[in-house]
Amino acid sequence: MLTTLLFYVFATILVGSAVGVVLSRNPVRAALFLVLAFFESSVLWLLLDAEFLGLVLVLVYVGAVMVLFLFVIMMLDINVAQLREGFTKHAPLGALVAGLMIAEIVYVVWFRHLGMSLSVTAPPLPANYSNTHLLGQVLYTDYMLPFELAAIVLLIAIVAAIALTMRHRVGFKKQDVSAQVARRREEAVRIVKVDAEKTS
Amino acid sequence: MITLPHFLVLAGILFSIAVAGIFLNRKNVIVLLMCIELMLLAVNFNFVAFSRWWGDVAGQAFVFFILTVAAAESAIGLAILVVLFRERKSINVENLDTMRG
Amino acid sequence: MMQNLYLAIPLAPLLAAILAGLFGRLIGRVGAHSVTILGVGAAFVMSLLVLKDQLDGGATYNAPVYTWLVSDGLTMQIGFLVDHLTALMMVVVTFVSLMVHIYTIGYMHDDPGYQRFFSYISLFTFAMLMLVMSNNFLQLFFGWEAVGLVSYLLIGFWFTKPSAIFANMKAFLVNRVGDFGFLLGIAGVVYYTGSLDYVAAFKAAPSIAQHSMTILDGNTWNAITVICICLFIGAMGKSAQVPLHVWLPDSMEGPTPISALIHAATMVTAGIFMVARMSPLFELSEAALGFVMLIGATTALFMGFLGIVNNDIKRVVAYSTLSQLGYMTVALGASAYGAGIFHLMTHAFFKALLFLGAGSVIIAMHHEQDMRRMGGLRKYLPITYWTSLIGALALIGFPGFSGFFSKDALIDAVGLSHAPGAAYAQFCVTAGVYITAFYTFRMIFMTFHGQERMDHHTREHLHESPWVVTLPLILLAIPSVFVGWFTVGPVLFGHYFDGVIFVAERHNVLGELGHEYTGQVGFIIEAFHGPALYLAAAGVVSAWYLYLKNPALTDRIAAVCAPLIKVLDNKYWFDWFNENVLAGGARALGRLFWKVGDEIVIDGVLVNGSARSVGWLAAVVRHVQSGYLYHYAFAMIIGLAAMLAWLLARA
Repeated sequence: MLTTLLFYVFATILVGSAVGVVLSRNPVRAALFLVLAFFESSVLWLLLDAEFLGLVLVLVYVGAVMVLFLFVIMMLDINVAQLREGFTKHAPLGALVAGLMIAEIVYVVWFRHLGMSLSVTAPPLPANYSNTHLLGQVLYTDYMLPFELAAIVLLIAIVAAIALTMRHRVGFKKQDVSAQVARRREEAVRIVKVDAEKTS
Repeated sequence: MITLPHFLVLAGILFSIAVAGIFLNRKNVIVLLMCIELMLLAVNFNFVAFSRWWGDVAGQAFVFFILTVAAAESAIGLAILVVLFRERKSINVENLDTMRG
Repeated sequence: MMQNLYLAIPLAPLLAAILAGLFGRLIGRVGAHSVTILGVGAAFVMSLLVLKDQLDGGATYNAPVYTWLVSDGLTMQIGFLVDHLTALMMVVVTFVSLMVHIYTIGYMHDDPGYQRFFSYISLFTFAMLMLVMSNNFLQLFFGWEAVGLVSYLLIGFWFTKPSAIFANMKAFLVNRVGDFGFLLGIAGVVYYTGSLDYVAAFKAAPSIAQHSMTILDGNTWNAITVICICLFIGAMGKSAQVPLHVWLPDSMEGPTPISALIHAATMVTAGIFMVARMSPLFELSEAALGFVMLIGATTALFMGFLGIVNNDIKRVVAYSTLSQLGYMTVALGASAYGAGIFHLMTHAFFKALLFLGAGSVIIAMHHEQDMRRMGGLRKYLPITYWTSLIGALALIGFPGFSGFFSKDALIDAVGLSHAPGAAYAQFCVTAGVYITAFYTFRMIFMTFHGQERMDHHTREHLHESPWVVTLPLILLAIPSVFVGWFTVGPVLFGHYFDGVIFVAERHNVLGELGHEYTGQVGFIIEAFHGPALYLAAAGVVSAWYLYLKNPALTDRIAAVCAPLIKVLDNKYWFDWFNENVLAGGARALGRLFWKVGDEIVIDGVLVNGSARSVGWLAAVVRHVQSGYLYHYAFAMIIGLAAMLAWLLARA
């Protein structure tokens, strides 16, 4: 009974914050609404006994990604008024598509049942259940290769982000390795024959 | 009593709100990116819920990968945004029409 | 032993042709004519051996030599069928070919294409031998096309002469029409019998007659009739029967030796030979025989008329050839195959003789062919005169000469025939005798008798041709006179063709004639009771009167009959019809396809049109590509929703 109540409370806040993300006039506010949404999701995932992912969501998303968002928003001087121009121009179309999608999902979930009985509660978990333990076991055995690929994806994202944003300013002193290697003795050293001082 | 449909419908609502957000904030790339994050969150909800009900932890492993890719995506997206702003002094999508046929 | 001999006969001329053709420059002129004469001479001697073997009761040889391929039960082979008919044809072909080879040394004396010419005629001998020795339809067709090819090459031998190129193209195209029919006929045989082999096809022939085929719905024909007529269309092309005769007079653009060899003595008779060979098929179809007779009779008479008005010595002989081929065809139509082949043989000798005689005259006249500029050549060219006279007498059927026996027997056989159209055919061949005599002696008189109409310069240089020219004339004159006397009994009324040529009992006109046959002398005496001999004599006398005694009358007759002469001068407008209606029609159709089909439909609508419509479509779709990011995002999302809806609606 308590979980049901908690679900509805957090779900309501989640939907409300999602609407806030979409409708906020100010991108900073939108980002903060999104942070709220992630928090609510994290709580809901805890209700689903997915502790590890719930915590990761808070740590990674709220702690890293959303901070990055806020960082960028504040770094850029954004003309909000111009971006809000014609805000409602496509609103009916958006509402239509969104409504259609909700209708479709509800139809699938509620009337089609996805081939299973939906009215059951989640199956009970064993007494010594450890979500983190289980997930770790799966990740490092069955999903070893995808896990490493994910690491590479992240690495590439880092490299790409740096490569994209790096500036080449004029007068910026830095090392040019290839130029150093390609340098030859003749270019660097000049042998000058100096007459020996006369010994009169 | 919480059942699977509860979570699925919640995820559906979340997804639809994000879709509507893309229609509304069509000029603001930052909000567009945030909407995409919302969509991914909705999808993750489905994964986690199904994983719970079917007792299969593989769904959570997928959420893990999705989170990774989403993080990478937003990092690169924001980097592009920064470069774009440096070039155009604006992040208005309506100005990005060099690909116009 | 015999098989090696049979193989050697066609291969000797082939080898000679290759040597002379590919290594002509190496072996020189003398080498070229030596090697080819040696090859053809060897083939002639071996053919004589084969004939002797056959006459001595040698067995009919029928066996494949080499299997080319087997496809779906259809065996394609090279094989030889050597029987009495083949042996006769082989001797005739190799003999005339040998004579022409020798003659060519003199005729082509200073032609730059000397070795090429020898290579061609040797190759022709090979092809013709393959044709007559074949034991299956495929090889027959090979020989058929190969002689056609050589004929094409030789008509256009002087390839710098536009008229020669026109003539060889014409011969080639007209022959294609015939060959198409021939090929259809062969295809019909293969379709119904499943075999290309003569023996198998002939054995199955009666069963073909049970079938019928529908052509242009509603018209049902007996299959054997269709096959025979198709085969005969091939013969019409090769043997120059109306209306496919138009190429033969033009083929006179080629050098005279090949006119003698190919366009008089041998190749053009391939059609006659083929029909005789196919006698088991033709005998089964009254309709086809009637058709053959009708075509032959028309050719025999109406082509003869054309010989009267022509002034080119070679063309007169060419029209005479057409007319004589018509005679042979009539004999085939009357089921008197023996008579047709017999006339083929005698005709080969005396027509080759006449052509070579004409060639000798042309050499003496420095390649002047117009008879109006000749006359009185008798005293300058005695050997040519006498041999040509012998040829002419043989052609008109002077009693005792070879042509007399063959032609008289032929006319009698037609008279006895009950085939549809026999009455018409009999009229044509009988009237043709007068015409033949008239134009033949017109030619003799205009050339050798009367006033000397050539210019002074030519007259000074007139002299008899060298021995290489006159020797073949003499050698051909001998069989022209005697071959009929010695062979008429066995070949025509004896049992020479028993088992080779099949004649249905009710068609057996030669057998009927044979009952009355009492020997050569009796045959000659019998001829005095018929009209043919008198008609021939009348022809000679009228030619003499009109062209020697009273030439003024000729002009008057010409003036009176001007419209008739116009018809003849235009050769019944066959050429005009072909060039304007058929060729012109084809050109107009081609232009229609080119202008409308190709330029408008294919280029305009399909090629450029599709390109243009793609361009138009792209121009429309281009507006969809706004370049705005959110448009693409919208499209994706809407597409996703629509796809989802579709999946739901379907499931």
